[in-house]
Amino acid sequence: MKAAAIVKYALMALFLLFFIMPLCWLAVTPFSTRPSMAVALPGLTLNNFSWAWSAGARGNLLPFVSSAILSAGCMMLVVAAGSLGAYGLARSGFRGKEAALYGLVLLSSIVTGVAAMVPIYGLMLKLRLVDTYLGVVLVMAAGYLPTAVFILKDFMDGVPRSYEEAALVDGSSAWQVFRNVAFPLARPGIAVIALLAFINAWSNFLIPFILFTSHAADHYPLSVAIFRFQDEMGILKIGTIASYSLAYALPVIGVYFWISRRYGFGFFGGIKG
Amino acid sequence: MARGEGIISGRAAGAFSAPAAALIVLFLAFPALWVIVIGFTDLTLTSVSAPSFVGLGNFSRIFHDHFFWNALKVSTGFVIGSGVIGQAGLGLLLAMMLHGEKGAVKGAIQAAAVAAWILPEVVVAYCWAAFLDADAGLLNRAITALGLPAVPWLQSHALLSIIVFNTWRGTAFSLLLFSAAIASLPPSYLETAEVLGAPAYNKFKDIILPLIRGTLLTDLILITLWTFNVFTPFLLTRGGPSFATEILPVYIYRNAFLGTFKLGFGSAAATVMLLINLGLGAFYIAAGRKR
Repeated sequence: MKAAAIVKYALMALFLLFFIMPLCWLAVTPFSTRPSMAVALPGLTLNNFSWAWSAGARGNLLPFVSSAILSAGCMMLVVAAGSLGAYGLARSGFRGKEAALYGLVLLSSIVTGVAAMVPIYGLMLKLRLVDTYLGVVLVMAAGYLPTAVFILKDFMDGVPRSYEEAALVDGSSAWQVFRNVAFPLARPGIAVIALLAFINAWSNFLIPFILFTSHAADHYPLSVAIFRFQDEMGILKIGTIASYSLAYALPVIGVYFWISRRYGFGFFGGIKG
Repeated sequence: MARGEGIISGRAAGAFSAPAAALIVLFLAFPALWVIVIGFTDLTLTSVSAPSFVGLGNFSRIFHDHFFWNALKVSTGFVIGSGVIGQAGLGLLLAMMLHGEKGAVKGAIQAAAVAAWILPEVVVAYCWAAFLDADAGLLNRAITALGLPAVPWLQSHALLSIIVFNTWRGTAFSLLLFSAAIASLPPSYLETAEVLGAPAYNKFKDIILPLIRGTLLTDLILITLWTFNVFTPFLLTRGGPSFATEILPVYIYRNAFLGTFKLGFGSAAATVMLLINLGLGAFYIAAGRKR
């Protein structure tokens, strides 16, 4: 029994190392006086972040602006269309809505990826939305909507209906009930979805990678810009890559930390997709 | 009022759902169908004339393209290795090991796995490029410190590298799913087995497995589909060296968007991929029905 426990804890230590070791580089290199592929910290410095305040800072910060525009646009569209759709589904008598939602979520996890990149590119070409923020926002929002509606409907199901019923009896229209009663009551769930939609777009690589050509390099969000560093920069710029990467990852870490404090790790099971 | 009964009219529900439905139909459902149509044409980005219908031409070329078969083979190894064995297997193993554990160890493993899962894919790709670096990478430093020879992982063991990478990347989902399922089992079952002194393997096979079969199936469906459709390994290896890590998504990307932009050919390959997706989904649903 004792030997089994030792084996178990040795294994757990090994798995812990497995998950932590690849992240060490990201934690150390941005602050290293000699950034390289190694995990080495001969001295501490903030010089690797000098792109944020040096002479060309304006251009260096452009990818942050692009990412913010794309993520905020995606967030607003998902919250607006998603909360309306979830409310419609949660409060309608439509049978088979659960099955339809499951199907949609499954579809979205297959289709927004690689399988549909050619038609998505073709569609955007036809709509003259290649190289525009709007095009990328529309595609990312549509890709996240099924998941958003799925989670929001769960939240809405948990909101008691009696307030809405009272308002309806009182003569309010369905729209007024949504705006004045249901939306405010579902606000905690909507806040979570807003954050998730934001960082989902923030992290997305493939859609902006396909839909922004090199003619719109100033539109590149952080994901694409940081990926392109590999082509443009020599070995000396590893400090820049690492510091950009860390700054880029921080909002994502922050959001998940906040959600896990509030709802626990288990909550993530249904949401990332 | 009974649950499931509507409190708003069907028309109002339709109006509420219209914006979301429009977005989903236009930018999600329509591309999925249109890809099939494009697959039957010779559409390229550079072609001056309108694309013409080429029947099954693209499909026949795909099935005669040994790079396609290579990609299918690489993808199969990748899905079985990093999806089924890696993410689902390791996730289940960890969930069982951590069940009943308290405090620091459990929290640390869960937090690290979740961090690997949520960080942007570009960032984790750089982390792993550094981790697996032949000369300075942390893994080789650790190996040589143990007195073993360094290995140029991304050059000589490229497929294994992306399999381990993707296992690391995605195990958190299965871990969280299985942890929740095991936590919801009646504690008395496991306690009884404990008192009777049942070995861990029997406890797993006779008690846990039958009770979490539904969760296992759900997990396998999602993990298989996600792993089959993931593009992230491209960021680490770009399909190389010499196509060793060219999974099907990268094959489609290379044909449709690099060189001559063979959008028609790429779409036909994407159609094949969608069909495989459908097949996988149907297979798992049938398996779920049977039990």
